[in-house]
Amino acid sequence: MALKISLKEYKRVDLLAVDGRIDSSTAPQLDKALQKIIDAGRFRIVVDLSDAAFMSSAGLRALLSALKQVRRFNRGDLRLAGVSPKVKKAFELAGLLVVFQVFDNSVDAVGSF
Amino acid sequence: MSQKYSLSVSSQFERLAEIADFVADAACACGLNEDQVCDAQMAVDEACTNVIEHAYRGKPDGTIHIVCERRGKEFLVTIQDFGARFDPNKVQPPKTGDPLSKRRIGGLGLFFMRKLMDRVEFDFSSGPGNRLTMAKKIKR
Repeated sequence: MALKISLKEYKRVDLLAVDGRIDSSTAPQLDKALQKIIDAGRFRIVVDLSDAAFMSSAGLRALLSALKQVRRFNRGDLRLAGVSPKVKKAFELAGLLVVFQVFDNSVDAVGSF
Repeated sequence: MSQKYSLSVSSQFERLAEIADFVADAACACGLNEDQVCDAQMAVDEACTNVIEHAYRGKPDGTIHIVCERRGKEFLVTIQDFGARFDPNKVQPPKTGDPLSKRRIGGLGLFFMRKLMDRVEFDFSSGPGNRLTMAKKIKR
């Protein structure tokens, strides 16, 4: 099943909301959406995972790849919002909770920039 | 004799959601609690992703056969494929404590399977392909 991805462009931040399962089938969609933002020269990104039902290592790879790109030259950051306990476990296992800044909701995450 | 739940699917990433639903139903029926069901789903997702990527090298016409069952106090998942042999000893574990600049992107699948399940065993003695058995102790 395809991932539903919606993008809101704020003046300083792009908010990407993801709805569905993020696995090896759908992670390329997430990767593409993040890459499009980065290619447009926008490096402050919030990924809202409130409606992400599942996260596999393929999803983590897409987020980690984008994070590395936006943090290059201190030009930006990728921050996460609305991470459910189920999705959080994947980040914990991979040791990525110390790498990403995580916020309870997208308003706080957008406001943090 | 315990009941077995089985599913055969083609080697396509698009089938991962169906596999996850199947594992959730079987794991629930075998008595795993909600957290354990999620762990089993994630481990099987990673295992099947490895089968599609490495054993079948992305070819969509391979077969993945999955059997779930309760044996004593364990939930067992067996995943059989008929693709190229996969040597788990060649996979370097990820360095999850490294800073961002040193993080390798990838290599997490097998690591996740081992973390999420109590036992992960590969068996190459029963014909072609790979036979993976993963076990999780049933907690109530």
